[in-house]
Amino acid sequence: MKKTLKVQEAFTGTTNRRSFLKISGLAMAGTGLLLAGCNDDDNDSQIDNNNQMPGIRNGVFDFGGGDIGILTYAYALEQLGANFYTRVVNGNTFGSMFNDDEQGILADLYNHEVMHREVLKQTINTAVNNNQQQLLPNLDFEYSGLNFNDRNQVLNTAKQLKDTGVAAYNGAGKYLQDAANLVLAGKIVSVEARHASVIRSLINPNDAFFSAPDVVDPATGKNDAKNPSQVLNEVNDMGFIRTDFTSNYLS
Amino acid sequence: MNIIKFIESFTDDTTYTQGASRRQSLNQIGNLGKKSIFAALPTGLLTLLLVPEKSQGAPALTTADTNSPTEALRLALLLEYLDSEFYQTGLDTNGLIPAGRDRDSFTKIVNNEYGHINTLVQALGGTNNSNYFERPEFDYTAGGLFDPFNNYDQFLALSQSFEDTGVRAYKGQSPNLLSQPDLLQAALQIHAAESRQAAEVRRLRGAKGWIQGNNRDGLPAQAQPVYNGEDAGTQAGVNLGQVTNAGGPAIRAGAGTEAFDEPLTRQQVLSIAGMFIPNNPLG
Repeated sequence: MKKTLKVQEAFTGTTNRRSFLKISGLAMAGTGLLLAGCNDDDNDSQIDNNNQMPGIRNGVFDFGGGDIGILTYAYALEQLGANFYTRVVNGNTFGSMFNDDEQGILADLYNHEVMHREVLKQTINTAVNNNQQQLLPNLDFEYSGLNFNDRNQVLNTAKQLKDTGVAAYNGAGKYLQDAANLVLAGKIVSVEARHASVIRSLINPNDAFFSAPDVVDPATGKNDAKNPSQVLNEVNDMGFIRTDFTSNYLS
Repeated sequence: MNIIKFIESFTDDTTYTQGASRRQSLNQIGNLGKKSIFAALPTGLLTLLLVPEKSQGAPALTTADTNSPTEALRLALLLEYLDSEFYQTGLDTNGLIPAGRDRDSFTKIVNNEYGHINTLVQALGGTNNSNYFERPEFDYTAGGLFDPFNNYDQFLALSQSFEDTGVRAYKGQSPNLLSQPDLLQAALQIHAAESRQAAEVRRLRGAKGWIQGNNRDGLPAQAQPVYNGEDAGTQAGVNLGQVTNAGGPAIRAGAGTEAFDEPLTRQQVLSIAGMFIPNNPLG
């Protein structure tokens, strides 16, 4: 099933296109989130189903399909992660709100997320022969509901982002064809899962919270896995990504 | 943790001279541990593990492609056997694992490993399938080098080496499962659970949750193969030492090696795990 996801546009009147998207989103879905099944009324779209490369379609950047689509999807998530931890370590109360151990951990996560973002960006650039029309632009982020001076809010948001990211990689791996891309994703996701574990242990060091039943099924010992559409719905609900994109070719 | 004291614990002469008698007592502990393992298992899994001896010592498949999905799953099963018996024996050893966070964590980890074993055995077609093999005998002293069930620092150290090996092993085998999407996803889900466990065990030792360069964090030299290759400075053509981030603090030198875990080959994994497996069913 094809799905279209349009992230709610926060800023009005910045461009005509954005205003249009906001209005159409509200009119058609009420929330700005469109989840449309694959059906016959796509006939008037400009989407060429034989071309699943990332790029702008109908005025909005689409992640594309296949390996490059999955990599672009991961790149979007790592952009979010890198931006979030940049905000965390730049926070006015970072040095007073967190102890030395916690500051070291969050600074490490900042460094690691930037690494993930840049390596995925280069991987995509190589795959598209540096065609910048096919590289996901730098996304805009806004954290209007989040107080970066509130320790619990920061750690719980970090937990949510990390757990979501791990489940995203777990669910995306089977859509990759190229072993090199699978191994690259594997190199990243295990570090993301290490992050998730440590962030959870900062929130609650006891009761094996690092591997709690909400993320690791006690019966199977398996970490959860989520398809791109499920992850993007959850990311949309967080409301941090303010740039429109679609994911027509991801499951 | 006092790293110096910990390293000394591996060079303490008594560790070696008392090896034989300790191994005897370890065997007893091990036997007790197995009974406890069975007591702790769900009935279904208990049945799986109590199959007749016919599968014991099943030879490694000589005709199969060592890169087949089946061989990937068998390698994973061997590691899960190795890990689960280690943790179960530790949990069953009075006074070894402190109550609280440590014991909660190892209890969770061993239960996760049992779940992984169950998943892998099912994926291999069940215990009657010729690809299935039983849990081999393990020697967690590695021939007298270690004494993990009498020394908690050593228990933690070996736990870290087992978990970090597991993370790298699943990652290395993942391409062999590309033709089996459901199995690939299951393996990735286990891989992520192992990664959570690895970070927790490392934190229990006072180490960072992630691997820095090829640093073995005070583990004995025998554990160095677990970390060799983790210091890769380039990923997908990016020189990690030159990465920058506009609008944020300077990127720390060395952060790049931490941000990516590297795969291990099957042979590397067998070499590491083989230290603890006198008669390795996978060769």
